[in-house]
Amino acid sequence: MTTYTFAGARVVDPASGRDERANVIVEGSTIAHVGSETAGARIEVEGLVLAPGLVDLHTHLREPGREDAETIASGTAAAAAGGYTAVCPMANTDPVCDHAGIVEQVTRLAAESGRCDVYPVGAITRGLAGRELAEMGSMTRVGVRCFSDDGLPVRSAYVMRRALEYARTWDAIICNHAEEAELTGLDRDDGAQMNEGDLATLLGLAGWPSEAEEIMVARDLLLAHAVGARLHVPHVSTAGTVELIRQAKARGTRVTAEATPHHFSLTEDEVRSFDPVFKVNPPLRSKEDVEAVRQGLVDGTIDAIATDHAPHPPEQKDQEWAQAPFGMLGLETALAVTITELVRPGVLTMLEAIAALSTKPARSRGISGHGGPIVPGAPANLVLFDPEATWEVDPAALHSRSRNTPFAGRRLYGRVVSTILRGRFTVRDGQLTGDACEEDDE
Amino acid sequence: MTPHLLSMRDLTADDITQILDTAAGLKDIALRPIKKVPTLRGRTVCNLFYEDSTRTRISFELAEKRLSADVINFSAKGSSVSKGESLKDTALTLQAMGVDAIVIRHSASGAPQQLTRWVDAKVINAGDGWHQHPTQALLDLFTVRERLGRLAGLRVAVVGDIFHSRVARSVVQGFTTMGAEVTLVAPPTLLPPGIERIADGPGLVTTTSDVDAVLPKTDVLYLLRVQRERMATQFFPSSREFARLWGIDRERLDKLPEGALVMHPGPMNRGVEVTADVADAPNAVITEQVTNGIAVRMSCLYLLLGGEDARDADDAATTAAETPPVAAAAGRGAEREGLR
Repeated sequence: MTTYTFAGARVVDPASGRDERANVIVEGSTIAHVGSETAGARIEVEGLVLAPGLVDLHTHLREPGREDAETIASGTAAAAAGGYTAVCPMANTDPVCDHAGIVEQVTRLAAESGRCDVYPVGAITRGLAGRELAEMGSMTRVGVRCFSDDGLPVRSAYVMRRALEYARTWDAIICNHAEEAELTGLDRDDGAQMNEGDLATLLGLAGWPSEAEEIMVARDLLLAHAVGARLHVPHVSTAGTVELIRQAKARGTRVTAEATPHHFSLTEDEVRSFDPVFKVNPPLRSKEDVEAVRQGLVDGTIDAIATDHAPHPPEQKDQEWAQAPFGMLGLETALAVTITELVRPGVLTMLEAIAALSTKPARSRGISGHGGPIVPGAPANLVLFDPEATWEVDPAALHSRSRNTPFAGRRLYGRVVSTILRGRFTVRDGQLTGDACEEDDE
Repeated sequence: MTPHLLSMRDLTADDITQILDTAAGLKDIALRPIKKVPTLRGRTVCNLFYEDSTRTRISFELAEKRLSADVINFSAKGSSVSKGESLKDTALTLQAMGVDAIVIRHSASGAPQQLTRWVDAKVINAGDGWHQHPTQALLDLFTVRERLGRLAGLRVAVVGDIFHSRVARSVVQGFTTMGAEVTLVAPPTLLPPGIERIADGPGLVTTTSDVDAVLPKTDVLYLLRVQRERMATQFFPSSREFARLWGIDRERLDKLPEGALVMHPGPMNRGVEVTADVADAPNAVITEQVTNGIAVRMSCLYLLLGGEDARDADDAATTAAETPPVAAAAGRGAEREGLR
């Protein structure tokens, strides 16, 4: 059994409310001690933050079906490089993850690559078609805790209501991609391309109105409240959505919400370049919306920072804006964007940031062993990062199979030094460790 | 001048004046027995048309040929595009073949701007999606200036489908940059949010849905094509209702002040936005717009491609020497300002 000590770490552990200097001893796969002692190999980490490994509620790993964009191996490598120890891949693969067989396939492939724990999200409806419920029960038996047709909304209020009700059997979470499809023209060839407003008019691109998100969120909040089910609102992008969720929480609706780094750091202004790397759904919004999303994170209306990591190969993104697919990479930049945009300017404390990136998402989905606390006996799922180190985002250096990061060329604060999954380094000194599985107990 | 011609928003009032002055000199070439000058001899221009177009493509082709450029026509239907080649690969192919300028028409907004990332050639936007159609706006400005002698202070009303119109966006920016006031007239469904803020020129932009109130205070009435297929997406209930509420017929035409112009970028939907007798009225300058389009496009090509070395300056001087004094002055002006 390998034993080592992170000596002089700044331990940031929201689960225990701790942000203080300490030594952390890891023995085998678990944390053995937090305090002043040392044991085994001593790793000097003065000035570095040691936090629970990050947990992403919203990832697209693309496998099975779009292995040209990402595989479970490349996606979990990207996750580890970004400081993640657990990710929740969405169900919009091909075939769709709408039955236990696909869940097991994804889980098995993830275990084989071994760099990051993977908790698949199951589809709400068969084939994401929005009509018949998928077999939630069979998926629950193989570990699914959350269901989503992400990428597509559940359009029918009736189907959504039944899904929320049925999921109560296991107190599972329903996560609906909030887009009123008639308003965004999802089925029309002149469908929405960017945030609706002055800039869309100037650029001659079809608008994606804020109301299309808010109408859907309002509907889902009412339905979830009525049937007492758990709702998760993904990628909150508008000020109106933040306010709707704030009111629902005050009313006692069982709702959680996430925001992406791109929605709290970038505005629609990026679209002026017509570079489809900035094309995402929901779209980049106004400065006021960005401010409201930040405020939602500050007051806890928004529980989690999730990446909506959506890889697309270059030939798909290097197209005319209207033809390019929606989506951005996120796993390898989320921590740094959070530190640069929220922690350094004083919007969130480091403790609050780690809570949103790790502890709260893990708790909300019942992912045990992740998100802290960093206490003796707990699994050693950790990230070690330098909050002061800067780096320039180089798409070619990313571990994802795709290159569509909207942060290319940006200098960001916060560099992952090591990621530890059950005591084993998946990233060490900024480098992905070789064959993660065979490196056990070196 | 800008390195490419992508959007009216990129052009200053001085840029526009330079283009129009140069076009005024070049227009007379069309009156000669041999309608050709050697200005762009040895230069290759590719007309890359991903969307159907009759008048714009022919107009560009005539402009290029009258300047003696070598012309390649590439339309989506007869090329490898139909076999699935991407815009980027097509661009890289043209780049490898060494074309000097690409004139692009595309149904996707922003495609011309994207093209500039992949090629060294000068890019001229011949219409992209709902975004821009700068040479249309320039030929309209040219036509109005030639007819009315000025642009500043004019009252321009643009009527019709503003929402889906690259022409509307370009014309609004062009006229306001030159100090004219623009009123956009359409049902609210066809007035996209913030349209009155797309221009930052000195001229004001306002919107209204009441065409009859606007007509008596209009110096230039600019009509836009209304596509019947828009009805299917609920912008208005029927072309008959549209014609009754916003179409220009003889009765409405008579509400215009004496000397006001009627314009249309074509193709017209006679009977919807404009009746046949209005389209053919004496103050309608629709065919003049077409004629002027060639000179304006010659001017744009010349200013973007010519004037880069002594040979071009000589050619310009040759052109100037053979044309009336106005053109000569334009040629000299162009040289002085160091055209790019």
